[in-house]
Amino acid sequence: MFELDPVLLARIQFAFTISFHIIFPAFTIGIAGWLAVLEGLWLKTGNITYKEVYKFWVKIFAVCFGVGVVTGVVMSYQFGTNWSVFSDRVGNVIGPLLAYEVLTAFFLEASFLGIMLFGWNRVSDKMHFFSTCMVAFGTLVSSFWILAANSWMQTPQGFEIDANGILQPTNWMEIIFNPSFPYRLVHMVLAAYLTTAFTVGGVAAWYLWNKRHIPHARIMFGMAMIMAVFIAPIQLVVGDLHGLNTLEHQPAKVAAMEGIWETEKGADLRLIGFPDEQAEKNHYEIVIPDLASYILTHHWDGEVKGLKEWAKEDRPPVAIVFWSFRIMVGIGVAMILTGIIAAILFLRKRLFDTRWFQIWCMALTPAGFIALLAGWFVTEVGRQPYTAYGIIRTTESVSPVLGEHVALSLLAFIITYIVLFGASTYYILKLIGKGIDTKAEGFEEHSKIATPFKTPTEKEG
Amino acid sequence: MFSFENFIDLPLIWAGIIGIAVLLYVLLDGFDLGVGILFPFAPTEKCRDRMMNSIAPFWDGNETWLVLGGGGLFAAFPLAYAIVMPAMYLPIIAMLLCLIFRGVAFEFRFKSHKSRFLWDYAFHFGSLGAALMQGMILGGIIQGITIEDRNFGGGPFDWLSAFSLMTGLGVVCGYVLLGATWLIMKTEGQTQDWARRAAKYIWLFVAISMGVVSLWVPYLDNDIHMRWFGGLFIWLLPIPIFTAALFGVLIYGLMRRREVLPFITSLLIFVMGFIGLVISLWPFAVPYDITIWSAAAANTSLSIMLIGVVIMLPIILSYTAYCYYIFRGKVSDEHHY
Repeated sequence: MFELDPVLLARIQFAFTISFHIIFPAFTIGIAGWLAVLEGLWLKTGNITYKEVYKFWVKIFAVCFGVGVVTGVVMSYQFGTNWSVFSDRVGNVIGPLLAYEVLTAFFLEASFLGIMLFGWNRVSDKMHFFSTCMVAFGTLVSSFWILAANSWMQTPQGFEIDANGILQPTNWMEIIFNPSFPYRLVHMVLAAYLTTAFTVGGVAAWYLWNKRHIPHARIMFGMAMIMAVFIAPIQLVVGDLHGLNTLEHQPAKVAAMEGIWETEKGADLRLIGFPDEQAEKNHYEIVIPDLASYILTHHWDGEVKGLKEWAKEDRPPVAIVFWSFRIMVGIGVAMILTGIIAAILFLRKRLFDTRWFQIWCMALTPAGFIALLAGWFVTEVGRQPYTAYGIIRTTESVSPVLGEHVALSLLAFIITYIVLFGASTYYILKLIGKGIDTKAEGFEEHSKIATPFKTPTEKEG
Repeated sequence: MFSFENFIDLPLIWAGIIGIAVLLYVLLDGFDLGVGILFPFAPTEKCRDRMMNSIAPFWDGNETWLVLGGGGLFAAFPLAYAIVMPAMYLPIIAMLLCLIFRGVAFEFRFKSHKSRFLWDYAFHFGSLGAALMQGMILGGIIQGITIEDRNFGGGPFDWLSAFSLMTGLGVVCGYVLLGATWLIMKTEGQTQDWARRAAKYIWLFVAISMGVVSLWVPYLDNDIHMRWFGGLFIWLLPIPIFTAALFGVLIYGLMRRREVLPFITSLLIFVMGFIGLVISLWPFAVPYDITIWSAAAANTSLSIMLIGVVIMLPIILSYTAYCYYIFRGKVSDEHHY
């Protein structure tokens, strides 16, 4: 008889549900900020095109926000259903951070979203703009708290452990502003903005390619490329600083990211390799000599700790971290390249009609999401084998729930989320295909629609 | 480390805050889940558009109270959270999945044509399932949870019983009543007439299930029995009497075709049910072993969060109220954005 391992299943379930969830908030953080800018530009210039672009993207925003909300509710319960020992032991520390997120962000977003979507004819334009800004602000406040909580799990401090093994907070400033928090917050928010920029840019490129909605597409494409030109390089610098911070606090994670087994001076940068955790080495490496040391220590012969410094049971899974890191960095480089090309094309006044560049941008539409997920895989898998780094192991964190039941719930989540992902992608593509409503105030038509329930008479005043 | 423990009873205050969050969730999401349960029975497609529009601006905010309830329980009573969630594993997962389907139905329904009927069903069954599961979780908690050390120590189906089925049914009926009376207030014409008929039909089921559960609870636990039928009996008697009177006002409001009164009385009936439960379960965070004081988080955690609540809760309530004010009045069947 084979047994279902409840720890592994709970980990897969958490990884699956959070990965699925994060796609949507990441996108809505970016879109909300951008919508606020668009509405502000419309109010300032009176150019109706901005409003039409706003009204187009707000529909996509609504779909993503809805999916983000319902999958987020799942997260707030999953700590308890699947990680109850973790919840019991660190609740004193993590709980308040999550409670502040709900109090300061979720209600703000949810309430003003209603006005943002349905309030056009009920509030003044200024009040509507204010609502959009509140939603955008709410997404940032939410990022602040959830990343404080996550970063604390990576670099915990500001607490002591009592006789029952329960963590007791001693300093809230240390807990919130833990060492990895500022880097992770900036890195994530920029990632959200870049993800959105490349999605918007891809859609705009498709419109430009098809010669549809040219004035709207130029606004979208131009603004997306501004982000690529300026934010993508900044993200590289922030990512580098984040990496140095990780090296200081979680050197095992960095060793896994770089695929370094032996502690060495002048460590090579492994461009490609296949980490083998049994043999404790990489197969088929392609390396640049000494570069890893230079990047990590800023000296060509700096010392970098290898994975063998840690006992086998204290190391994170190497291959996932190693490859996810390469995917993230690779996409980041592609984004910077896009910014450079866009700048050159702009100077040569060919930004909006270079066909091959439009194809390139269309291809990069989902790039941000993939990089974002890969980045989270690096940091979360790299934190293993702990839930709160160095304090509680993942194996001790799990709930006393039967493996069979976790398997059942995991299966249900997978089916549900596939349906959800399929449906949301389908409706978003449909909205994009339908295009921008240039009559601005037009409502969608709802006549001649299949109805499941019997409809005897349709007469209502 | 600062803390207010020398001035106030922090766990008591926090039990009050979580209680209010749960009550507000039940009242607010109650009516929009109720609208979802009633959805397929509406006479026309236009009625359904109206029903959807009457709650579309609010459902997201309403559901946030559930996040505050869950997140707040985690933060303020981590031990209770760590015991109740695994104990209720299957119904909680089922409730979350149901909420997913009904939540996305708001967006997808208006964007689909041929597949619209699928989202109508998702909305209906999601609302129904979520309501049933919430009721059964409530029942599972009321009947008591087995504990070992600091963990849940019972079986995976402990929550399933005749009693929890009864509470599940009661919550479904109660939400339908809230939904129907909400529609009476927010719609007119055909939709309103139909909602009034629905309310006239469902109130009896609400009254019966409330009566059955109220009489059943004291027989689950001797202490509860003593509390209700012991020396305090005279002092507690006004609660059932007032509840019965509210049902009377509800019927009156429905008969006299009043538009707002039925919704208000339905809300008050829920408040009375909530008060009854609090009296029965006090002072337990996890019946019948762990009190709110033994489940509470560290005093410093409760203190820092209390600052947040004192500042943020009035702000939240005021912009929530503003939102309801903006979307006051009767709804149309047009889609707005």
